[in-house]
Amino acid sequence: MSDTIIKVNSLSKRYRFGAAEKGYKTIRETIMDFVSTPVRNFARLRSLTSFGKNDEKDVIWALKDISFEVNEGEVLGIIGRNGAGKSTLLKILSRITEPTNGSIEIHGRLSSLLEVGTGFHPELTGRENIFLNGAILGMRKKEIERKFDDIVTFSEIGQFIDTPVKRYSSGMYVRLAFAVAAHLEPEILLVDEVLAVGDIAFQKKCLGKMEDVARGGRTVLFVSHNIAAVKRLCQRTILLEQGRVVEDGTTDKVVKYYLGAGLNINSERKWDDLKHAPGGDVVRLHAIRAKNSQGEITGEFNIQEPIYVEIEFWVLQEGWVLEDGFYFYDESGLLMFVSLNNLDPAWHNRKRPIGRYRGVCCLPGNFLNEGAFTVLAAVVTNPHTLHAMERDAISFHVSDSGSGGVRGDYTREWPGGVIRPWLEWKTEYVPS
Amino acid sequence: MKDTTQAVGAKPCLIIKPKKGWQLIDFKELAAYRDLFYFLVIRDIKVRYKQTVLGGLWAIVQPLFMMIVFSLFFGNLAKLPSDGIPYPIFSYSALIAWTYFSSSISGSSSSVVSSSGLISKVYFPRLIAPLTPVLAFLLDFVIAFIILIGMMLYYHIYPTIMALFLPLLIILMMLTATGVGMIFASLSAKYRDIAYTIPFVVQFWMFASPVVYPVSMLPAKYHLIYAINPMTGVIEGFRSALLGTVAFPSQLLLVSASVSLILFFIGALYFRHTERYFADVI
Repeated sequence: MSDTIIKVNSLSKRYRFGAAEKGYKTIRETIMDFVSTPVRNFARLRSLTSFGKNDEKDVIWALKDISFEVNEGEVLGIIGRNGAGKSTLLKILSRITEPTNGSIEIHGRLSSLLEVGTGFHPELTGRENIFLNGAILGMRKKEIERKFDDIVTFSEIGQFIDTPVKRYSSGMYVRLAFAVAAHLEPEILLVDEVLAVGDIAFQKKCLGKMEDVARGGRTVLFVSHNIAAVKRLCQRTILLEQGRVVEDGTTDKVVKYYLGAGLNINSERKWDDLKHAPGGDVVRLHAIRAKNSQGEITGEFNIQEPIYVEIEFWVLQEGWVLEDGFYFYDESGLLMFVSLNNLDPAWHNRKRPIGRYRGVCCLPGNFLNEGAFTVLAAVVTNPHTLHAMERDAISFHVSDSGSGGVRGDYTREWPGGVIRPWLEWKTEYVPS
Repeated sequence: MKDTTQAVGAKPCLIIKPKKGWQLIDFKELAAYRDLFYFLVIRDIKVRYKQTVLGGLWAIVQPLFMMIVFSLFFGNLAKLPSDGIPYPIFSYSALIAWTYFSSSISGSSSSVVSSSGLISKVYFPRLIAPLTPVLAFLLDFVIAFIILIGMMLYYHIYPTIMALFLPLLIILMMLTATGVGMIFASLSAKYRDIAYTIPFVVQFWMFASPVVYPVSMLPAKYHLIYAINPMTGVIEGFRSALLGTVAFPSQLLLVSASVSLILFFIGALYFRHTERYFADVI
């Protein structure tokens, strides 16, 4: 069972980006440049594939000394930010490009799915494209003939199978493309972000199919930005950063590390020096932090637990009615909601004496959706005076354990939404 | 990338590492991918004349119209010699070979760039790309050839026994087109200038081949040098075998065949040497 099926030995891959063109200045220079352009272009294009001993500045190592092993039957996730080297790794594994150094041993038939519908030709019919695409993905003609009916059924194309695919809707096109890919039966499957296409229903179908493949004992390498999908499919995950493996271990551990490092989760901000703290003559901020129900400062929350967002600030002048408040933003920078402390009767419409204050806002469990959130903290006097404000003061991450809470016994990927509140439901049978 | 496929237990073992040195064609691997090869050729054929009114008739329109123009200008006006046979069939016999050759070279040369979608997303022996058009255009050649048979009947010109060498002549054309195509295809992956170069290279090459004039127009002492252009031997062989214009040009063909083999060899070597970076620069 646990035989090594893929062995990657200190793999490196070097790329060169064409050097930037410099701007033109005088007419004379423009003419001179025009004449000398072929010479420069030739040098530049030729250098794309030749490398000197010393690393020049437009050379980057997309992968640097990567080593890992994959056992048979393992479903390995590969995550990392854009440009971390994930796609380069898949391209080398699927032999699209060759490594600069190092080697890979692969024991078994490998198919790679870097996109669905590779080689689809718009002028050809669905039937013709199934054969072409199947062959491109590495299936033999006989194999495609055997699976043809299954592929057509899976794609739900039915009567349009002999229509050129350029007349298909984009949904039909993707369904057909995925149907072919879904019928690959390699021992090792490489998948890159293909689940990012299509509508939610289709993504679910793909994920379901991936789970079948994973459960079927085949080895899968799954590259994705979709952390939820990686969490559900993979026991083990590798985190790439700037071409290196920075974490390799259980998915939970690696994802946690990635979310903490990748999104720059900062669960506490504190200003010890009053003079440099945000604010002015009236108010200066002291600290902003996120805490869990045990009172620990943390940036990681389960979707079902409450989050306590805390602000501490100094009041330096007497005679002000103050309101402290938070703006909550999601990953895309969308302002989700705002909360002010004027709902707290303790200091409502009361002038504050000089001193330090602490305001705590509680976001209940089962309220935010999973994701990363940033908080803007501010202290104001109504209506128009802003005393202190800190943008992106802190951030925290909410993750979905995959069961319970608002999702109940719904096990698929949650369809989305900015928040995921716990709402009351009543269902009754209406006799007619 | 060195691909070593060997049996370890029941499972194939593949080793991927930087490829060093030069290598020729890996026929075993090509054979393993023959189904893909087949479907790509079929695709090229099916797609070529999709949504056209004339469809496969386009395969004869080009040589036919060129024949008409050439007969008017080179035959009637310039009075170029045609080895004793009517100028239309003299030029058409060369034009079908030439049309096949030039479309194959163009298709083959642009193959790597035009299949960049495949090359950057999936592995297959890259040689399939330049080979596909050379095979796919054979169908056009056959269609155009049928017209030649009709013209031969019309002019009462009958083939000699040397027509048995026809397949060999066709293979020579294919080897030459593939050889040149492989070189251009490799170069064009990095230098897009090649795309602009091909049309006039082909144009120039046509006038450097005995398409509108016979080899006999040149002094005999230059014939063998002239045969360094592989299409000289092929076209002259075509006319001799099918139309009986001159004696079968065995010596010309020997030179032409050698050059064409060398071109193919160099092309394959260069293509295999450069294919490893196609996906990176394309």
